[in-house]
Amino acid sequence: MRNRARIMIPLVAAGLLATACTGGGSTPTPPAGQTQGSQGAAAPANPDQLPRSETLYTTGTQWGPPANFNPVREWDSAVGTKGLVYETLFHYDTTAAKLTPWLAESGSWTDDSTYQVKLRQGIKWSDGQPLTAKDVVFSFELGKMETIPYHNLWTWLKTVEAVDDQTVKFTFSKANYQQWDFNLYGRTIVPEHIWKGRSEKEVLDGVNENPVGTGAYKFMSKDQDRVVLQRRDDWWGKTALNMEPKPRYIVDIATPSNEVALGLLMQKGLDLSNNFLPGVANLVKGNFGLTTYYAEPPYHLSANTAWLVPNNTKKPMNDPAFRKALASSIDVKQIVEGVYGNLVKASSPTGLLPQWEQFVDQNVVSSSGFAFDAAKGKKLLSDAGYKDTDGDGFVENKDGSKMNLTLIVPSGWTDWMESARSIATSAKGAGIQITPDFPDFNALVEKRAKGDYDLLINNERQLSNSPYTYYEYMFQLPIQKQQNTVNFARYENKKAWDLVQQLDQVKTDDVEGMKKIISQLQQIHLDDMPVIPLWYNGLWAQSSNSVWKNWPSGAGSAPKTGAVMWRNWLELGGFESLTQLQPSGS
Amino acid sequence: MRRYFGRKLLIYGLTFFVAVTVNWMIPRFMPGDPVASMVARANVTRPEAVEAMRAYYNNLFGFDQPLWQQYLNFWGALFRGDFGLSIWLFPTPVSDVIINAVPYTLALIVPSVLLSWVVGNQFGAYAARRKLLDNTVLPVGYVLTAMPYMWLAVLLAWALGVIGGFFPVAGGYSFSMRPNWSWTFMLDLVHHWTLPFLSLFLVALGGWAIGMRNMIIYELESDYSNYLSALGAPSRLIRRYAFRNAVLPQITGLALQLGVLVAGALVTEIVFAYPGLGSLILNAIKNKDFFLLQGSFLFIVLGVLIANFIIDIVYVVVDPRTRAGMAGAQA
Repeated sequence: MRNRARIMIPLVAAGLLATACTGGGSTPTPPAGQTQGSQGAAAPANPDQLPRSETLYTTGTQWGPPANFNPVREWDSAVGTKGLVYETLFHYDTTAAKLTPWLAESGSWTDDSTYQVKLRQGIKWSDGQPLTAKDVVFSFELGKMETIPYHNLWTWLKTVEAVDDQTVKFTFSKANYQQWDFNLYGRTIVPEHIWKGRSEKEVLDGVNENPVGTGAYKFMSKDQDRVVLQRRDDWWGKTALNMEPKPRYIVDIATPSNEVALGLLMQKGLDLSNNFLPGVANLVKGNFGLTTYYAEPPYHLSANTAWLVPNNTKKPMNDPAFRKALASSIDVKQIVEGVYGNLVKASSPTGLLPQWEQFVDQNVVSSSGFAFDAAKGKKLLSDAGYKDTDGDGFVENKDGSKMNLTLIVPSGWTDWMESARSIATSAKGAGIQITPDFPDFNALVEKRAKGDYDLLINNERQLSNSPYTYYEYMFQLPIQKQQNTVNFARYENKKAWDLVQQLDQVKTDDVEGMKKIISQLQQIHLDDMPVIPLWYNGLWAQSSNSVWKNWPSGAGSAPKTGAVMWRNWLELGGFESLTQLQPSGS
Repeated sequence: MRRYFGRKLLIYGLTFFVAVTVNWMIPRFMPGDPVASMVARANVTRPEAVEAMRAYYNNLFGFDQPLWQQYLNFWGALFRGDFGLSIWLFPTPVSDVIINAVPYTLALIVPSVLLSWVVGNQFGAYAARRKLLDNTVLPVGYVLTAMPYMWLAVLLAWALGVIGGFFPVAGGYSFSMRPNWSWTFMLDLVHHWTLPFLSLFLVALGGWAIGMRNMIIYELESDYSNYLSALGAPSRLIRRYAFRNAVLPQITGLALQLGVLVAGALVTEIVFAYPGLGSLILNAIKNKDFFLLQGSFLFIVLGVLIANFIIDIVYVVVDPRTRAGMAGAQA
């Protein structure tokens, strides 16, 4: 025993030291004389122990230790880097379908290829320096570096100039109005006085240890499994927007699995879980103080469309008639009910999210849409020349060879794995043989990029300001040897891609003009079926009423924004939800 | 003495070399391309930008060099103590990531292994002589050891965590705290540590107790015990000799146990979301993080080798035959 103690003491000490070192950041001192939270006269915050009534615990975004605070790395920076610490020129209101001025006071097209942004007066960076037009110019010009993800902006953006301290002028060589709006609420503004002189390597890969932003929060500490943010009491939005996020502290927890998130939620140690929790219906109905956006199916708002993506370059998926037959032979209702327990909604044949419903052309849908109908699927197959020649119950290829398609989804994504099995079963009804296969995620990414697959499920486009992003996913040309983000189906249709680009050229307030083009795109989609829309994935948000209430809800006067901390969703209403919260205690 | 340790050191050196080489090979021959997934995560659409990024990262990680060159670079960097940058937690250096995780894992493993070994052996030795203990508590030990570990851990988390509310179910310390030197924080650390520790301890305890019990019964019935007892030696003395003999295979068992332990802790850490090495390894595999995987495995290899070396020394102390062997005597 004595030996063990001798070994343990230095170990534990080293451990504590190591964790203490990563505590990082300066010790925050509560600003003097500030009013305490609505909990009344709470004691001044002890920097080492956060008061429960002023803290929001969330999880579901970060799956590992927070690695960096670099807003340019929109895909893996710590939760809140963009949206809470750094901000964008605009936010996007998904219910009203319009841009909300944020750092910008206003923005408008002064002519067809010039966009002018007026910044708000009096916005300061967290180090006290004022935000000026120069910062905006600098932030957009970072994209000139080749490896920056938004580099492509500079293929159609000509110049960014600061007209005066509050005015920025963007001049375009080709004004892609739809994409531009996306950039207006998508690109973070960083302070020039701190970022100036950083090399390309630092901009793209830097940790950005002490982020200085304009946002309502600043980073307080981080550890392997959490990030702690502290509200800034001098945030400009308090007066300019007349809103303030209610939690003084936000702790984002990196949970390794949904089970852990569920356990924390049940222990009331968690206020908001943005995880996919299969049994949530029971939780909402049970007496656990948990809520979701809707009290009945599908419980959540819709976030993105899950598609069945056939490899359009392989036979028989290169035959539109076959793809249409396949679409008719999948029983999505079975997936929605059997796999998801009604946590998701079956998609419309166009796959356009409910928030884009006004763009769905009902005429096109009723003439060319599809629905699950095994008999029709069978008939479409035989009309197209696919016959079961050897009598095994499955059709053969036109040349008589056996057809056995593999449907891949990432191993461990249990809901998708079940869905794949369900698709295989229902396709069997129409005589199509599909075998589900579950490679590990990275192997799948590789196969997908190389086009080395038959069928896969994908949902990598989120709700945005415009169906443009949706159709860009479906139709983008030219096809590369490696398709990394869009058009995994490798569908080639020059006309469709031209239409998508035309759509980009329509101003975003010209809804009729957008509808006209989108209706044509829908026609092509439904005639050719390059990808088959299946269901709408939810904007998973389970919230607990034990500490915070007034969570977004479809009922009554509750906020209608989404309660999500997911990347890039804070600008889509996630932040506004934070300002609507109310403490439950009292 | 020198020959004994010289031979041991040589074997350890060879093991280390082979382990490190295999360790380098495994992630590289796994399917999937880490740079591809990095680029995919970055959500870059335009082909030119994708190519620029690929080239950039391939160069950064040295994947653009021939394999043998990568292998040599790996050894070179290893001796400089440089494990490279983590891909998953880009751009954090692997050594930082591991140093942050190791204390948690050690604090979990070392006490649970040693304590369960000590307690299990004592307990098994008692059980061999007490019918009552043997018939009641040992069967529980059997059940605990035979039970799938994952299940036991989840049961514990559910019963004592969610339902009972005695212990937190996740994290290394409260999510409302920041590491500091106060007693509150220390207590909090221990509070979070209890459940994962208990789950590891309980499972291992049963195994050790059963092994010891069987061994003691065997020793107590062996010729030397009977002879001693015929000579009229007090039973306490006989039991002491029996214990000393029975404990030898248990020491070997302990050495073996240390090797598989990290795997055990891996499941524990996942169930309880404990921020140690185990969860790192899982994530490194999931994300094809070569460097993190290599670093973690290297740490495990080193740990196992050191543990075994210590056991070798312990053997010299507890087993007279080893000492005799070192002095050149024939058995």
